[in-house]
Amino acid sequence: MDGPDVGWYLIVAAILFGIGSLGVMLRRSPLIVLLSLEIMLNAGSLTLIAFARQQGSLDGQVFALAVMAVAAAEVAIGLGLIVAMARREMPLDVDRASTLRG
Amino acid sequence: MGNVLVWAVWFLAAGGCLASGVAVVSLTNPFFSALALIGNLASLAVLYLLLAAEFLAAAQVLVYAGAVMVMFLFVVAYLGGKADAPWVGGPPLLRTAAVVAASALLVEVVVVLGLAWGDELSAPAEVADGFGSPASIGELFLTDHLLAFEITSIVLLVAAIGGVVLGTAREREEAA
Repeated sequence: MDGPDVGWYLIVAAILFGIGSLGVMLRRSPLIVLLSLEIMLNAGSLTLIAFARQQGSLDGQVFALAVMAVAAAEVAIGLGLIVAMARREMPLDVDRASTLRG
Repeated sequence: MGNVLVWAVWFLAAGGCLASGVAVVSLTNPFFSALALIGNLASLAVLYLLLAAEFLAAAQVLVYAGAVMVMFLFVVAYLGGKADAPWVGGPPLLRTAAVVAASALLVEVVVVLGLAWGDELSAPAEVADGFGSPASIGELFLTDHLLAFEITSIVLLVAAIGGVVLGTAREREEAA
C-alpha cells in the first residue's frame, strides 16, 4: 500500500465509534441519536473494509454493503417512529419516551 | 512522490471525517447535524477509495449521502421547530458514565491495535486491479453470499412496509 498502514484506518474508525457512542449516550433528541448511530455503523464498516484490504479478501466489503442496507432500514424505521411520536404530540426526548403503551 | 500525495489525501479525509463527526454530535440544530453527517459520509467514501473499495465508495455516496440523508432532511423539515435539540443534560452521573464508557472503548481498541502493530497490520496483502470493483463484488453476491443478498432484500422490504405503517398510524386511529 502506498499510503498509511491499515492500523491508521482502524484508529480513525475507533475514534469515530467513540464519537458516535458519546452522541448516542449524551444527546436526548432521537434525531441526533439516529445520526450518531449512523456514525457508529460507519465506523464498523470502515473497520470491515480496512481488514478486507489487509487480508486481500472481498468478503469484508460484501459484509460492509450488508451493513449499509441494514442502516438504511434502521433509518426508515427510526424516522417513522419519530414522525409518529411528533404526530401524537409526544416530546422528542428519548429519556421521556420510556413507557410502551398502545 | 505518490506516497506523499496519498498521505495528504488520507490526512484530509480522516481529519474531515473526525471533525464532521464531532459536529454531528455537538450541534443543536438537527438540520446542520444532518449536513455535517453528509460531510462525514463523503470523507469516509474517500477513505474507502484509498482502501481499494471503489464500489462501496460509490454506494456510500449514492445510498447514504443521497437517499438516506434526503429522507432525513425531509423529516427534519416536516418537524420544523420541534426538531431542535438543545443540550438538556441528564443527571451528571449518567453523563460522566457515558464519557467514561466511550473513552474506555477507545482506549481498549487503541491498546489492542498497539499490541498488534508491526506484525500483521503492517503487511497488507497484494491485491489485483479489479479488487473492489462492481464486477468482483457482484460476482461474490451472486455466488458465495447469495443467501445474505436475498435476506438483505427482505429486510429492506420489511423496513419499507414498517415505515409506511408507522407513518400512517394516526389516520387509522382516527378512523377507528
